[in-house]
Amino acid sequence: MNAAMSHPIRKDPLMLRRLLRAKDRMDGAPDEQWPISRLGRISGISEAHFARAFREAFGIPPHRYLLTRRVERAKALLRDTDHSITEIAFAVGWNSLGTFTRTFRDVTGQSPSQLRQSQQALVHAFEHVPHCFVSAAHRPDLKIAVSEKRRIETRGTNATEAKEVS
Amino acid sequence: MTEGVQVAGLYVRDQDEALEFYVGKLGFEVHTDARNGDYRWLTVQYPGQSGFQLGLFKPQVPIVDEATSQTLNEVVAKGAMPPLVLVVEDCRKTYEQMRARGVEFTQEPTERYGNIDAGFRDPSGNGWKMLQAGHAT
Repeated sequence: MNAAMSHPIRKDPLMLRRLLRAKDRMDGAPDEQWPISRLGRISGISEAHFARAFREAFGIPPHRYLLTRRVERAKALLRDTDHSITEIAFAVGWNSLGTFTRTFRDVTGQSPSQLRQSQQALVHAFEHVPHCFVSAAHRPDLKIAVSEKRRIETRGTNATEAKEVS
Repeated sequence: MTEGVQVAGLYVRDQDEALEFYVGKLGFEVHTDARNGDYRWLTVQYPGQSGFQLGLFKPQVPIVDEATSQTLNEVVAKGAMPPLVLVVEDCRKTYEQMRARGVEFTQEPTERYGNIDAGFRDPSGNGWKMLQAGHAT
């Protein structure tokens, strides 16, 4: 065990604030591509240190966080629009319908079309809560990598591995 | 009105910086700025909203211990404090004005369910929604 693990580092609030800026930017445009180099530049943190610093600050690796935001946005579009599932897949940042559908099912446990049917049937109980807070509360809680989640669920079968979308 | 919420406070990392932001950039006015040694009671008001003060407080010794003060500054910087909502008459216009003054917006004005909202943060990390209710075209 190294010193950093045995004694939690006192984190510089100014650095955390800069990491938050990178997180905010992903929140604002989850459909865009967010390579670590871009996130690092926004935070003023080197590419080599960014992913770890982000994970330590927010408890989730940056690209997995991005995935939760994309799925969240996809869920909202499925619920609130009549756009086709293909249109939604591309609108939230995937470049393949197959990858979107598979990842979506892995994260939410439902296919996009199943989720659309169940969500549209729900009574809108949150009409007095600003929309952004409702969707944040319903954000998928992705504690493990999607590839890992898939591995657990398909253990014993011959499922092929898919790389987590970044 | 004689009863109701009079002061609710935010934690800010630096009160001078917060004052510059809330007064200089957002247009709040100082209500009370009182010092006692290292302690500073600082509240601001939105113009025209005389019944409510927003406190800009520093988590500091001896109100909290040193480690707690550090933790609170970290929590704010991570954007983990509760939501704040500023209601405005014209979200897009106010957005342009604030942005020109250097406010860090996290979300451009977006229309949903008949409202328009935008998002911004203060220098410490407190997140605000700016909401224009029921005027969407």
